[in-house]
Amino acid sequence: MITLNDFMIVSVVLFCIGLFIIVSKKNAIQILIGIELMLNAAILNLVAFGKYDRANNGGQMFALFAIVLAAATTAVALAIILNVYRQYRTINPDKVNQLKD
Amino acid sequence: MNLVQILFYIMAFITLGSALVVAISGNLVRSIFMFFVTLFGLAGLYVLALADFVAVTQIVIYVGGILVLILFAFMLSGKEALATAQQQTNRFISLSNAPAFLLAALFLVVMLNVVFKADVNNLPWVKVAIETKNVVPVDGTGINDIGVNLMTRYLLPFEVISVLLMIALVGAAHLSRKEAIRT
Repeated sequence: MITLNDFMIVSVVLFCIGLFIIVSKKNAIQILIGIELMLNAAILNLVAFGKYDRANNGGQMFALFAIVLAAATTAVALAIILNVYRQYRTINPDKVNQLKD
Repeated sequence: MNLVQILFYIMAFITLGSALVVAISGNLVRSIFMFFVTLFGLAGLYVLALADFVAVTQIVIYVGGILVLILFAFMLSGKEALATAQQQTNRFISLSNAPAFLLAALFLVVMLNVVFKADVNNLPWVKVAIETKNVVPVDGTGINDIGVNLMTRYLLPFEVISVLLMIALVGAAHLSRKEAIRT
């Protein structure tokens, strides 16, 4: 029998890998991947707990909503990344350091 | 040690291993494709948590949508992105990565502590759910509940998220449009 603890440990490790990617990488696309990993860790928790809620299905439902939200966020973030690339010719977030055009 | 448990460990190993490769590899293309493997492993974990509909949605939306978007953004942002990704040949524990590694490791310790202290297997509401047979059934009829709940209890969030998705699509299309005349 797989317990809730196992799922939570997997999601904790996944979250920390995502955190590492976000802090250490120098490329906006890789940072976006790190954010997606952290989101997925949260969704895994929702799904694992949602197993014990058959009547209301809260966990699985909000996992679905979170997946859709992640898709919307990614689309907007990638559009912003493309604009930043057009403006600065780089997607290293450390080099994007001025607000004016 | 039954089959489900073995499958769980295989899936967890695939997920975490490929996520680690994403973190370690300096090559952007390789990390994108390993992210793909991570998403498939996660879908397998969702199936093992008896959420097959969420697993299929994960594959359709993440693999079919987000990953293709990321690949497009990577290709549209040109060779330069690839060049910076190549020259940044960072080892896992190089000096520049030390703060990030330390932060992630400390966070891992804290959160593992929280998980073990919380003792989630013996939460009161989980026990009540097991007693009253409020657990998602294994025979795949749980998807009926999802359909009914989506159209009754969660109708408002469902509609709100559809409007939000529409706004995000229009916004993304507007943002990524080429600006002909700058005002």
